Amino acid sequence: MIKRVTFRHKWLPYALLAPQLLITLIFFIWPASQALYQSVLQQDAFGLRTAFVGLDNFAYLFSDPIYLESFDVTIVFSVAVALLSLSFALMLAVMADRIIKGATTYKTLLIWPYAVAPAIAGVLWYFMFNPAVGINAWILRTVFGYDWNHTLNGTDALLLIVIAAAWKQISYNFLFFLAGLQAIPRSLIEAAAIDGASPFKRFWTIIFPLLSPTTFFLVVVNIVYAFFDTFGTIHATTRGGPAGATNTLVYKVFNDGFIGLDLGGSAAQSVVLMVIVVTLTVVQFRYIERRVEY
Amino acid sequence: MVENRPWLTVFSHLVLILGIGVVVLPLWVTLVSSTHAGEDLLRSPIPMWFGNQMFENYSQMLSSGMKHVSGQPLTGMMLNSLIMALSIAIGKIAISLIAAFAICYFRFPFRMTCFWLIFITLMLPVEVRILPTYEVIANVFTPLTKLLALLGYEGTDVVIAGFSIDLDVSMLDSYAGLTLPLIASATATFLFRQFFLTVPDELTEAARIDGAGPMKFFRDILLPLSRTNIAALFVILFIFGWNQYLWPLLVTTDPSYATVVMGIQRMVNVADIEPQWNLVMAASMLAMLPPVAIVIGMQRLFVKGLVETEK
Repeated sequence: MIKRVTFRHKWLPYALLAPQLLITLIFFIWPASQALYQSVLQQDAFGLRTAFVGLDNFAYLFSDPIYLESFDVTIVFSVAVALLSLSFALMLAVMADRIIKGATTYKTLLIWPYAVAPAIAGVLWYFMFNPAVGINAWILRTVFGYDWNHTLNGTDALLLIVIAAAWKQISYNFLFFLAGLQAIPRSLIEAAAIDGASPFKRFWTIIFPLLSPTTFFLVVVNIVYAFFDTFGTIHATTRGGPAGATNTLVYKVFNDGFIGLDLGGSAAQSVVLMVIVVTLTVVQFRYIERRVEY
Repeated sequence: MVENRPWLTVFSHLVLILGIGVVVLPLWVTLVSSTHAGEDLLRSPIPMWFGNQMFENYSQMLSSGMKHVSGQPLTGMMLNSLIMALSIAIGKIAISLIAAFAICYFRFPFRMTCFWLIFITLMLPVEVRILPTYEVIANVFTPLTKLLALLGYEGTDVVIAGFSIDLDVSMLDSYAGLTLPLIASATATFLFRQFFLTVPDELTEAARIDGAGPMKFFRDILLPLSRTNIAALFVILFIFGWNQYLWPLLVTTDPSYATVVMGIQRMVNVADIEPQWNLVMAASMLAMLPPVAIVIGMQRLFVKGLVETEK
């Protein structure tokens, strides 16, 4: 935790830590404690009086059908994003691991979406699926006879943001899967090949199990991403609609707090989100400790 | 390659090419659409090959922007994004380098308290505490005035030694408000701490024997050793800063502080009419260009940064 050889100084370490501590206290510790504090208060409609209400805000939250629906939407959304993005990236990484010629070119062409902002990714797919002029909507209509409309159909809207969010995450997953695949000892795969195992069988019995630490790590990262980093994707496109079909938890905190001005409710939602983040982070940290032994 | 199976190799290439097709398609559609006149994009199917309005679209967006949605030129927005991304990257690297140095190389009272205060922020992204952070930005002295109120002192003026200090400073619509709350996270500090722990102790001993003080050691030995880490982190943080969305949306009401990633949303969500897609796509291309160029141009540093920030 500390170097064996250290320096001695009365005030220097405090001076060096001061900027980070100050910013952390003002912009992290204080707001987070305020969220905790406000989550047990209730304000009247004019913001004149506040009263202590205990856990009423939370009780109300978990009996509110709109909030519960938003919870469902968020879970379906993040599982779909993680599944879609991970399976697509794994398939590409396995193929890229096999070939020698052109591997760098393929890699370059696959990693750039990481740099695209989630909001821009949303706008690009929003345009491609635009019911009037979008190329994908046109293909769906003329080839498959499906009338795509994400402004009216909730399933279409959810699919749209799932695709946009998963697309952006492919590069990240691809890079980590590729690194994981290249870390698998070649001797194991060669031994299986000599025993006559087909590439398909080798993948399912050797490569995929050995890749599981990477997969598990990526599942957590993808779920965190889908929960917290996709606000832009939703706000720039569907805005939580139609009829709450894409109203995820983070979008709802923003909507209730800044548009609806419900301070207590929004703070309670923030606290729930904090609990989720902390849980996911702890899961991830525990796993990393195991990986060191691995 | 384990064994020679030519058909499997062909198949691998095919899958990769198809996969890249899916990944690149949005970029292609965007690029092509940004070169057409507005009328070309009103009828389905839209063209899949370049038009001749590229120069007109891009120069209009850069110089005057879209007329009916507050019409900010994109040059200004991109400059704001650049300032925001650079301040976040440089600010975060600077304060976390010295903080990690203090935590690793000094023994002092409350060291572990400081450590935990900083590292608890690893867990709280700005998205989960937006409302209270917004209140702090609306008045930076909110924590102080509330604490004073607890001690029985009301009001937002403090008189110290005859000087009256106004404790009501708003950071809304300012670069400080845009960047400071995003600088305050421990990812970079954590990364530098991990790196400093791997630096051999012999270097520190040698420096001390030669009579170097802590700051000289930091400047002449630790900083040069950290160069690749700093560069890799810079790439990741620049992309992180450039792509911010929620925070600029909240703290900037003055359009002259709008960032480009946040500004595009105003061009898409126009009431009642179909957005001018050719111009929106030109704007999207411009908003994507700097971070994508950095990822492709500095691929090795980017991959290193990505792997290390996730550890």
